[in-house]
Amino acid sequence: MIAVLLRDLKLAIRAGGGFGLGLAFFLIVVVLVPLAVGPETATLSLIAPGILWIGALLACLLSLDRIFALDFEDGSLDLMATSPLPLEGVVVMKALAHWITTGLPLTLAAPVLAILLNLPTQAFGWLMISLVLGTPALSMIGAFGAALTVGLKRGGLLLSLLVLPLYVPTLIFGTELIRRGAGDMATTTPLILLAVITLGTLAVLPFAAAAALRINLR
Amino acid sequence: MAMNSIWQYANPKRFMTVSGYALPPLAVASAAFLIAGLYWGFFLTPEDFKQGTSVKIMFVHVPSVIMATGTWFMMLIASLIWYVRRHHVSALAAKAAAPIGMTFTLMGLATGAIWGQPTWGTWWEWDPQLTSFLILFLFYLGYMALWEAIEEPDTAADLTAVLCVVGSIFALLSRYAVLFWSQGIHQAASFSLDKEENVDNAYALPLLICFIGFMLLFITLLLLRTRAEIRLRRVAALEARERMSDA
Repeated sequence: MIAVLLRDLKLAIRAGGGFGLGLAFFLIVVVLVPLAVGPETATLSLIAPGILWIGALLACLLSLDRIFALDFEDGSLDLMATSPLPLEGVVVMKALAHWITTGLPLTLAAPVLAILLNLPTQAFGWLMISLVLGTPALSMIGAFGAALTVGLKRGGLLLSLLVLPLYVPTLIFGTELIRRGAGDMATTTPLILLAVITLGTLAVLPFAAAAALRINLR
Repeated sequence: MAMNSIWQYANPKRFMTVSGYALPPLAVASAAFLIAGLYWGFFLTPEDFKQGTSVKIMFVHVPSVIMATGTWFMMLIASLIWYVRRHHVSALAAKAAAPIGMTFTLMGLATGAIWGQPTWGTWWEWDPQLTSFLILFLFYLGYMALWEAIEEPDTAADLTAVLCVVGSIFALLSRYAVLFWSQGIHQAASFSLDKEENVDNAYALPLLICFIGFMLLFITLLLLRTRAEIRLRRVAALEARERMSDA
């Protein structure tokens, strides 16, 4: 399993754009929104949690189709499916590799971009926590969507149509956590619920994604 | 195999025979119930003392939203039956139900907006019930798009079944997540065992008749569309056979 993870990470780094592209996209979204909304800092700090989460969501979506597509084309996915390693384990590792190349850098970069959006200082910690807790769910749900659409020629647009509605609970609890953090309110409820969504996703979706992969590999 | 089992209708030929006989009476009954219920609802009920005539849109709104969630539930069950027992009719019924459910969702949203404008003073409000219906609409879109995108019929049936199961979980999660996210202005349930929040008796009976009409309409359309799907499948099989004999 570790070998699958390392292989995916190496491929992501060497192919270029693994870390950089998602981050650059995140930066562009965060820069474009103030241009569209206007430079009033009060408005920006109000909508900052939402912009940061939407940016993270879209940046995550950008690289989803690469989770399985390349391995499906060159046949290595068939090898992984027939190997002694359970396909569920492969799915988890691939989702983890996706998270390390997108979710983790996004989380680390988010405070810098939060300054641009004038997010209140007390919310910075909550921003990091909510992204650390939430982005693994984004990768895992995305891996499920990628597994569903792996056999399709032009699955990209369909993938976003399938995956984005599934992101709704994570998005709601993630932004609510930051918003409450910014307003010095009790954060326990959204924190726990966000963690529940992520853990539940990690527990259930590998099986669904592996089932979808097996159907596509038939 | 026991002949008096529900699974015998999973045989496409049997399904076609039985549904062929059942369709005309079902269509007539649904038309009768709809005409009776809507006429009673629109013209023979009193006006609400607060909402005026606009309350009567309820006779379309309430049945369609109930059917919208009900259709998704039916798709979930049909998908599970396909996934476990591999009955093609079941998979095709789930496929056939999706556009009907989407239409009910859209009707629910549209009638809600038309009713909300005079009553709440706005076409759209980010209220939990409205929002979760919009999300349900997106789920229908994704489900139908996945069916369209995959050419191989059995793969499509399997993958959409997986999506339907996972989507149901997430739709339910979203339903409660939006409750957390915003406080609602929507009315309480129209039908519920709790008498306090029910609609008034003057409206209950025509509403029930409308609901039965919508239910029958759904079954009629479902049978019709499933029959069409089965025939499409047969045509595809015939064409494939023709190509084989040509080659």
